[in-house]
Amino acid sequence: MSMPDFNRIWNVLVVGGGNAALCAAITARRAGASVIVAEHAPLPMRGGNSRHTRNLRALHPAPTAVLTDSYLEEEYWDDLLRVTGGKTDEGLARMCIRASQHAPDFLASCGVTFQPSLSGTLSLSRTNAFFLGGGKALLNALYRTAAQSGIEVLYDTEVQHIEAKDGFATEAIVSHHGFPERIRFRALVAAAGGFQANREWLRQYWGEAADNFQIRGTPYAQGRVLRDLLDQGVQEVGDPTQFHAVANDARAPMEDGGLAMRLDCVPFAIVVNRNVERFYDEGEDVWPKRYAIWGRLIAQQPGQVAFAVTDSQAEFDYLPSVFPPYKADSIAEVAAMAGIDGAKLERVVAEYNAAVRPGTFKPMVPDDCRTEGLTPPKSHWARRIEKPPFILHPLRTGITFTFLGLKVNERARVMMADGKPSANMFASGEIMSGNILGQGYLAGFGMTLGTVFGRIAGEEAARHARN
Amino acid sequence: MHGTELPRDAVVPHPLELSEHVAEARRHMAVCNACRYCESYCAVFPAMAMRRDFAAGDLTHLANLCHGCKGCYHACQYAPPHAFGINLPATFAEIRQESYAAYAWPAGAGKLFERNGTLVSLLAAVITTLALVLVAAIKDPSVLYAPQTGPGAFYRIIPLWLMNLLAGGTFLFALVALTMGGLRYWRATGPGAGAKVTAAPAAEAAVDILTLRNLGGGGHGCNDMDDSFAMTRRWLHHAMFYGFMMCFAATTTGAFYHHFMGWTSPHAFLSLPVQLGTWGGVLLCIGTAGLMWVKTTTDPVPVARRLLGGEYAILALLFLVSATGLLLLAVRHTGAMGLMLALHLGLVLALFVALPYSKMVHGVYRSLALLRNAMERRAAARAAG
Repeated sequence: MSMPDFNRIWNVLVVGGGNAALCAAITARRAGASVIVAEHAPLPMRGGNSRHTRNLRALHPAPTAVLTDSYLEEEYWDDLLRVTGGKTDEGLARMCIRASQHAPDFLASCGVTFQPSLSGTLSLSRTNAFFLGGGKALLNALYRTAAQSGIEVLYDTEVQHIEAKDGFATEAIVSHHGFPERIRFRALVAAAGGFQANREWLRQYWGEAADNFQIRGTPYAQGRVLRDLLDQGVQEVGDPTQFHAVANDARAPMEDGGLAMRLDCVPFAIVVNRNVERFYDEGEDVWPKRYAIWGRLIAQQPGQVAFAVTDSQAEFDYLPSVFPPYKADSIAEVAAMAGIDGAKLERVVAEYNAAVRPGTFKPMVPDDCRTEGLTPPKSHWARRIEKPPFILHPLRTGITFTFLGLKVNERARVMMADGKPSANMFASGEIMSGNILGQGYLAGFGMTLGTVFGRIAGEEAARHARN
Repeated sequence: MHGTELPRDAVVPHPLELSEHVAEARRHMAVCNACRYCESYCAVFPAMAMRRDFAAGDLTHLANLCHGCKGCYHACQYAPPHAFGINLPATFAEIRQESYAAYAWPAGAGKLFERNGTLVSLLAAVITTLALVLVAAIKDPSVLYAPQTGPGAFYRIIPLWLMNLLAGGTFLFALVALTMGGLRYWRATGPGAGAKVTAAPAAEAAVDILTLRNLGGGGHGCNDMDDSFAMTRRWLHHAMFYGFMMCFAATTTGAFYHHFMGWTSPHAFLSLPVQLGTWGGVLLCIGTAGLMWVKTTTDPVPVARRLLGGEYAILALLFLVSATGLLLLAVRHTGAMGLMLALHLGLVLALFVALPYSKMVHGVYRSLALLRNAMERRAAARAAG
């Protein structure tokens, strides 16, 4: 590959290399702008958290080739309102929901292929369109389209600082394969994700507990551009202490373990902390609606660790885990394998078993198998844990992304702390997700947000640069 | 579930039980079965999702079901340089090769799969040289180098009985060896070995084989070269496979003409055997040359490089067989016919001898894997109600 031209002034610099960045870059290029993309990761690890994604949530009034039935604005909005507990911006959210209808077609125009809608057991096939092969296949298609359309993509290029004055940015100081360079531009799209992989930053809010969090996605989400822009007077949005997190296998790598590390066993188990105490209703609701609270719950436990205990009856009720669970013929033995108090776990299981009421077990819907007189209760899928081998999965918090972000308006334009819009800075993706996701998460919404705001940011940046 | 129906493993260890590639594939399956992003790519992933435990037999089945399309590798969030280093196409290719060796007949012949490229090339070289030397030594130069025309022209160079004996003998041996290998594979691999094969799954498997549905990547093709999608390999394989079949049909028609109609070769250019052989040969040349080109230009990471020698050798041999066949047609009325005939038949003979100990055996095992897969899918659909 030839040396990139660091002397020219590009119409648009896109910072980041995930779906939000590429959607912005391709849109800006299609609008006639010259575009350069600075991706921190090297080529094989490109794409930020998009590499680990699988689908996007799209409004659709009627069945399409990739989505069943229909999913309309009000239902979508209700879903979003419920998960965020109202911590959202209705105007931005509804605009994003309406625009999501065209997201699958846009991605398809960039070569992205979707799975046919009627595939097997996926309960999300009504609301979410699945990328064939997942997020990395999507990224491959987007990068191919970018290359074909003449976008300059720089890998292993970290943007360290944006030169900006009064909300007007002119150039970026970058580290290109370790060498300092400058990229000059007319408009900027910040699509560099959250700061979840920056432990030092997380420690500011979580102390030493931050060292026990697993980062599910890219290790390149260091939040450098986010920090840099916030320090230069961009308005902040979202709770800096909060993040989206799930229950991960405790033995997963500390970074980049991706989706396959999450464990779905919770509703079919009881979960205790390091002190062998239950701390939350494991059967509160169906897993797709509850999986995202368990990362937080575990983060609040001593040592940020928990243990899901079940028996051989449940083995096929949830997806298999990458790391085999501890298995033994007695509760005490399986507790010993995990290094927790066996005698106490036997008592906890016995108490739980005694509280289980008879019912008809239905794994996919909230059934009538519940406990009585137990604190906390288990509201559904409560079966006695009695059939060896007993199974134990150790759990830790796996962070997907942080909620702190840059404030934007409906044209993806970055807002300054004084309430004025930036002249030439735009943002898309996780770096601005806090505008809509004040808390909680809706499966597939991150990719929707990245695609919708990526397109808007690309369009606006190109418009600004070419005027 | 299927993983529990494995009493045979308790009695006779699976031949690949101790294979490091099988252990590696088992590690892969733990990741893939928890991820499942590839579920719409090919038959391997739904077959994987039916299982929780992966005995050596299960992995041998999945490996032979894999067509090496590389879609899963390029879509993999865990592909190298990720710490998990997931690379199913290369891992499965190694297991396939080990299974070819393990089930080869007669026992012990499996060793021939080691340094297979050298073996196939040597066989081709030695047998064609022998054919040329023998023809030149035995035949009067005035016959060998003179243009031969009219009925029986070929047999004046090499007598019909000798052709029948050599070609028929080696081909029959190859058939027996392939059948024995297939039977041993079917008995030892995966679950349901004792299940009755019925027409419906057999038909489904036949469609999969004849259309190479699993090289469709879910509709838009495979990652032939890199992360872009193409149908190149599928079409080239079709050209090779159907070209081979047409050549086979040409020989069969020729034999039928000879024995039942009393029409002796060489036949006219527009006759059925010559037309089948000509177009079959052209397709075979295009297919084999194209597949070699794909192999040389494709992204090398999801490929088992250790096995490339054998794959190139058999493709080259097939190419030479078809190319010399076409040349024979071109020069059959000239003085070069004698040598070209000896060369062509030498190569055909080498192909037949090498057949059961070359990449060609994948046809048998892949077909059986597709059949087993069709049976499993039906059983799963029945179980689901």
